[in-house]
Amino acid sequence: MFFQEATPDTSGYMIAGYAIAFIIMGIYVTSLYLRYRNLNRDRAMLEELDKPVSEVEATETKPKKPVKTVTKKGRKK
Amino acid sequence: MQQNKPLALRILDGISILLIGITTYLALFVAPTEVTMGAVQRVFYIHVSTAWVGMLGFIAAVIPSIIYLRTKDMKWDRIEVAAVEISSVFFFLAIVLGSIWARPAWNAWWKWEARLTTAAIAELLYFAYFMLRAGIDHPERRANFGAVYALIASVSIPITFMSIRWVDRTLHPVVFGVSKATSEIEMAMTFDMVKILLFAIFAFSIVFIDLFWNRIRLGDLQDKVEQLKLKVTS
Repeated sequence: MFFQEATPDTSGYMIAGYAIAFIIMGIYVTSLYLRYRNLNRDRAMLEELDKPVSEVEATETKPKKPVKTVTKKGRKK
Repeated sequence: MQQNKPLALRILDGISILLIGITTYLALFVAPTEVTMGAVQRVFYIHVSTAWVGMLGFIAAVIPSIIYLRTKDMKWDRIEVAAVEISSVFFFLAIVLGSIWARPAWNAWWKWEARLTTAAIAELLYFAYFMLRAGIDHPERRANFGAVYALIASVSIPITFMSIRWVDRTLHPVVFGVSKATSEIEMAMTFDMVKILLFAIFAFSIVFIDLFWNRIRLGDLQDKVEQLKLKVTS
């Protein structure tokens, strides 16, 4: 009983252990999120590229306004 | 990642975060302090749980590997990769936590004893699995080699688990079952410690399922993008 050692203070190692555990798990979850986001972007871009040319033109071209042409009659002398 | 995510998976994400929080609270504030090692022993709950999840995933990867080799369906290859990837992360974490625990307990960060050596070999085998896959461009050849490699590498897991039960002298304590070896650390676990350990193992198993589901979805999306790339470039 007299020779029983006191419980050592190892709380620093415990904190380090939990900190590292959460950092590693956090890095992995973040990597999953970033990979998923980047792949979604790639998919959207590739789907845009994969559209037929006529479809792309139809969405990109706007209806043209009638152009006023100046004729000789309209000019003031 | 929230885009088009099934409701069940979102709920599982929430439950996983909650379970991790409860486990941390129980391990840090409820579990009794071990007399000979002090506070560092609280790392044990996470260390054992992550090791369990690591081993579970490596063994679980055997099933999709076999199914892939029989059916040649790429879906099973994606499931196998998901299992191995998550397990590699958790097993690595278990090794790091074990090392942190060992420093005050054994007065060394690392000892080449049975459990640590076999665990290091197992982890390196699975790191090599990704290196092998990265070196093969053809998807079917990559899947074939990956499946065969995962089957062979899985042998290391029961060896790692049983190593401290087979040898006569080890530093690593045996938590479950009996050992013929005499460990330098004798852990007399109280009933409260056992309850919290079992809860931690359950919590990390749920976390594994959640991450596994998320990783499979990532693999599916990766496959879609690959197919689109081929379609666009052809």
